[in-house]
Amino acid sequence: MASIQTGASTPGIWYIVGIRLRVWRRGLVSFLRDLWHHPLPLIAGLVILAYLFAAVFAPQITGHDPSRGNLRARFSPPAWHAGGTLNFPLGADDQGRDLLTRIIYGSRVSLAVGLWTVGISVLLGTALGAAAVYFGGRLDQLLSRFADLLLAFPFLIFAIGVMAFLGPGFTNLILALTFKGWVEFFRLVRGAVLAEKNKEYVEAARVSGRGNLAIIVAEVLPNVVQSVFVLGTLRMGFFIVTEASLSFLGLGVQPPTPAWGSMVAAGRDYMLTAWWVSTFPGMAILILVLAINVFGEGLRDILDPRLKTE
Amino acid sequence: MPELLLQLRELKTTFPTRRGLVTAVNGVNLTVRRGEIVGIVGESGCGKSVTMMSILRLVARPGRIVGGDVLFEGRSLLGLSPAALRKVRGKEIAMIFQDPLSTLNPAFPVGEQIREALRLHGLVNGSLPFGLDRTRAEKERVLKVMEEVGIPSPMDRYAAYPHQFSGGMQQRVLIAIALSCEPKLLLADEPTTALDVTIQAQILELMQRINRDHGTAIIMVTHDLGVAAEFCNTIAVMYAGQVVERGTADQVIGDPQHPYTEGLTACRPGISERKDIVPIPGEVPDLVNLPKGCAFQPRCQYARDVCDEAPILMSTVGQGHYVRCIRPGGYVRRPTDIARLGLNA
Repeated sequence: MASIQTGASTPGIWYIVGIRLRVWRRGLVSFLRDLWHHPLPLIAGLVILAYLFAAVFAPQITGHDPSRGNLRARFSPPAWHAGGTLNFPLGADDQGRDLLTRIIYGSRVSLAVGLWTVGISVLLGTALGAAAVYFGGRLDQLLSRFADLLLAFPFLIFAIGVMAFLGPGFTNLILALTFKGWVEFFRLVRGAVLAEKNKEYVEAARVSGRGNLAIIVAEVLPNVVQSVFVLGTLRMGFFIVTEASLSFLGLGVQPPTPAWGSMVAAGRDYMLTAWWVSTFPGMAILILVLAINVFGEGLRDILDPRLKTE
Repeated sequence: MPELLLQLRELKTTFPTRRGLVTAVNGVNLTVRRGEIVGIVGESGCGKSVTMMSILRLVARPGRIVGGDVLFEGRSLLGLSPAALRKVRGKEIAMIFQDPLSTLNPAFPVGEQIREALRLHGLVNGSLPFGLDRTRAEKERVLKVMEEVGIPSPMDRYAAYPHQFSGGMQQRVLIAIALSCEPKLLLADEPTTALDVTIQAQILELMQRINRDHGTAIIMVTHDLGVAAEFCNTIAVMYAGQVVERGTADQVIGDPQHPYTEGLTACRPGISERKDIVPIPGEVPDLVNLPKGCAFQPRCQYARDVCDEAPILMSTVGQGHYVRCIRPGGYVRRPTDIARLGLNA
């Protein structure tokens, strides 16, 4: 039986956050149920899962080595072409490396860049956006003007500049992308928190004795998090394309690590004689980014509670 | 336990604006006893809501409490530290608002929102050590509170979101949140204005029952004199940031002494008998440039020159019945008033 005890110490905001997390766990279950009724995002989600699976289990899926070639198999065509062999289902490149193997390994780079960049950008953007509103005044001014400044540069040119400055490599790639990537999240969160802040439920939370920090973290941010999630998904597609562009320009991950962008670049010279060398990596990018965007749009439809009907 | 629960003493709240200082609450005195229901009545913009927010020190910036005091159980709320104040909010004094839907957080099920109020103030402990079954104990209590405020099948409704409730049910949820910590005082800011009449009656009945069963004192802000007459023990009529008349419901409604109260009762539509609605002429005064004397005097049909000479003080017209008007006294200021205002007789 519950006993009521007065004078107990007031628990802090982590208790409330704990309650929130349990709510979200239940939300995830109902989200998956919703997804079942939206075929397009469901398919897109399965495609993304397939890519993830390929990235994680690459060595188990293919017997080839992604970076060691076989010059006798140079420009071996796809299996269904005359002269093609099942040993190289999608053909081989200029050094006789299996294209399918390289595409599968290449998904590791793309997905890792996408996840890391979005993850760091979301955390940084959300924290700074909430802080800008919470502290207001000078900090808000400073962060907002800095964000405006970054927005003034085209993303790709900016990333090229940063990469040229830092030098190529996986870590630098993520640094270059997040350096500007957080801005979108910052602006989204700052604007949304500013709008939510004046709603009555915030006032009500204050009336029930909650502090400012707890209100931002436990009351306002949960109302913002879905938009952040949707934007995060959509931005992930963009980051993957940007990574591919940088790799295409030779500023991304360095050979012999396979990356889709550099594979497209490598096949460029043989477009007329061996079209498959750059076409298949290009399609890998296309399908993944398309799937991510469709999933992101679907996510938005499902998560917006105002569109949800009983 | 002292009989007096809450005392407002000469409370004054101002808002600086581009046009000048707006005095939204201008020296309000109000007393709430334990278990009493007090109504604050007045038209829009007379300072009712700001008075309520001032009690919990939640006046939105740039508004500021510039004078007076708020005593809760003899302790000044204006002097409390933010941390101590947060312990009073929600636990000792709870509040419900006019628009229940926007007051509930759209992102979480209502049951969890009620439970949070309990958790925030650490009110419920389970029977196992280290709070192992605290969540279960809290849920039990939430269901009990939900049942008490009349939410049917609380088990099923626990996990529902605010937008899945009707207006009346949302208001019940808000009341449940407010009551979950068993506050001594409930501030209700036009709790039934957004609801239709039948639901209004149900909610008022619910609040009355809570007042009876738990001895929770209630301050109810309303612009509906009928609701106030029905529901409140004592009524304070506010005009331009001041209490102009105060007394028991019978005194204020049945025998209004201030011309403004009289006007309010006259502009209520009747249902059983057809009577003409008599509007009060004129407009609410400009809170930046208040008249020197009585604030109501420009709209008052009984006004005389003396009314605008100097501020009018509260005077007694009956047992516990006060009015800020000199007409009942024959337009004559009492010697004590003249002394207090420093006037030449």
